Amino acid sequence: MSTDDAHDPKFGEYGGQYVPEALMPAIEELTDAYQRYVLENEDGFMDEFRERLADFGGRPTPLQYADQLSARYDTDVYLKREDLLHGGAHKLNNALGQVLLAKYMGKERIIAETGAGQHGTATAMAAAHLDMPCEIYMGETDIARQRPNVFRMRINGSEVNPVTVGRGTLKEAISETMRDWATTVENTHYVIGSIVGPHPFPKMVRDFQAVISEEAREQVIEKTGRLPDSVLACAGGGSNTMGTFAHFVDDTDVDLYAVEAGGSSLQVDEEEGVAPNSATLSTGDEGVLHGARTKLLQDSDGQIMESHSVSSGLDYAGVGPELAHLVDEDRVTPVNVDDDIALEAFHRLSQDEGIIPALETAHAFGYLEEHHDEVGDSVIINVSGRGDKDLEIAIEETAKRDLDIAPDMSIFERVGGGGL
Amino acid sequence: MGLERAFADEPAFVPYLAAGDPNYEASIEYVEALARGGADVIELGLPFSEPIAEGKTIQNAIVRSLEAGMTPDRFFQFVEDLDVDVPLVCMTYYNLIYQYGSEEGPRPFVETAAAVGIEGLVVPDLPAEEAGPLRTACDEFGLDLVFIVAPTTRGDRLERMLEQVSGYVYVQARLGVTGAREDVDDATEESLARLSDWDVPKAVGFGIKTGDHAERIVSAGADGVIVGSALVDIVAEGHENGDSVGAVADRLEAKARELKEGALRGAAERPQPERT
Repeated sequence: MSTDDAHDPKFGEYGGQYVPEALMPAIEELTDAYQRYVLENEDGFMDEFRERLADFGGRPTPLQYADQLSARYDTDVYLKREDLLHGGAHKLNNALGQVLLAKYMGKERIIAETGAGQHGTATAMAAAHLDMPCEIYMGETDIARQRPNVFRMRINGSEVNPVTVGRGTLKEAISETMRDWATTVENTHYVIGSIVGPHPFPKMVRDFQAVISEEAREQVIEKTGRLPDSVLACAGGGSNTMGTFAHFVDDTDVDLYAVEAGGSSLQVDEEEGVAPNSATLSTGDEGVLHGARTKLLQDSDGQIMESHSVSSGLDYAGVGPELAHLVDEDRVTPVNVDDDIALEAFHRLSQDEGIIPALETAHAFGYLEEHHDEVGDSVIINVSGRGDKDLEIAIEETAKRDLDIAPDMSIFERVGGGGL
Repeated sequence: MGLERAFADEPAFVPYLAAGDPNYEASIEYVEALARGGADVIELGLPFSEPIAEGKTIQNAIVRSLEAGMTPDRFFQFVEDLDVDVPLVCMTYYNLIYQYGSEEGPRPFVETAAAVGIEGLVVPDLPAEEAGPLRTACDEFGLDLVFIVAPTTRGDRLERMLEQVSGYVYVQARLGVTGAREDVDDATEESLARLSDWDVPKAVGFGIKTGDHAERIVSAGADGVIVGSALVDIVAEGHENGDSVGAVADRLEAKARELKEGALRGAAERPQPERT
């Protein structure tokens, strides 16, 4: 982790800095700030970050033993409860870290992109908390399917700029935010929401999120006297994944599973440029996107595919370069579950444990349901976020399917609830 | 490597169009019209799905071209089908260069580009730090590699770029993404001053829209002007209005002439015109 050299931009062949020249000086400035403030704690930056994470964010989050799931799977299941972090997802760790860093760097304005809205919400909260003006770019498709989070950003005082190009999801929002940054780079910091983008973002975001695994590792040893056999986390861009894995990477007896969105199929429609999934680690090829060399969903020409997942937060055609590297090194096992399994898991966790998970998180639980025989005697699984933001889409997607586990949806029809 | 020759006798007019915008056949006509209007080098955009350095105008052109079926192989065919006697430069993003062909890395793309007559490359998302493999391939096949100097580029970064650049240097006139503007930015003169001792032609782009802009840029010391969005606007308007290909081509030729003449006026105004 923080023993890395801030000036080494690569993870094996992956990573790097593939951005327009206008951004390079800002990236060099950021690399310098990352080295001084994050890695060397200059001016007590990390002390202030940790204090704010505790007092404003509510850390540490619990590591909860899951009684019902443990009995169901005949294995000890421990839940790292990032859904209990302020804002309802792990995203605040990174957003608070970067907005605070921007303040230390003397920047005057914050911009960010968001897919599911969770990163946008966390950034808006952090910006309000630290009194920084903030603008969020969000694809119009995602705005339509994540209305509660859009409203949360607005009431925290941030502007939300709809992105209408392409399919209007995270990929387009990232490109649009980079365009803003190229114009305003001298006074603006771009809070990238995952371990993607040009160096130093992948390392810096991982370091801000590594608090998850730092706590989880201490907590599991305290509770059980040993390390778990496996750690599971859902994977989109990969910030939750790397945050959950970071302090276990050197524990080579612990298996690490990155659970991606299998969407509706792992097959791609090359003609239409569409991958009906977001399983980048499982099915992607090496390429260059949004500032880094990494694994991508792309066609044979190198054009980036439109990805898909029932969960907006996983719906991205790229993935963090460090995860791509760890997969190549056989340290992280990439797996995936489809939309149906994720939705079933959404209901199961809600019913069995009284925890309504984000649809992103539900993918990891879907994998546990399908493969619990393979994860050993004890497993930590990260509850990356709570599912309140996904309720509208969960209603819609549940109504489309014949799920045994789902509640009776007819109440909506009886009271004339349109939209089903 | 020989793009420098286009800047040798007089200020160069360097237009950009996205190849295949709004479709293959019309785009051939449009590029040839630019040559007739006085282009000295033509930058042809090979569309990438995530053009992070482009503003709305060129983004939309890229979408039109991709929807009309443009691919790297079609692009190379496009270059072969063009009937122009002007050096051609390919402007695209690194992933397309990296992915081309069965061999990993940029070499197959550069080899094919050279074979069809492309003389140089501009890659907006490839800073000098990451450009080593592409520079090697360009050296092998005799292509120029043009780098973009931004208003924010200073010190060591300039030195690093100077080591790698050939053909001409693309001087970004202002911060931001591509797009036509109503006026010329002061950042241009500052950028040109920083590069004054570089022994490579300096072509200024980003925001140049009129002959008067071109005149001012050249009189400020530029060796050439790069114009993209103002030309793409003409293509887009013609497409939206359903105008004939011939009518749009005529407008492009006239606009090219206006910009070239502006550049020539600018050169005449210089106290001591520099020739590289």
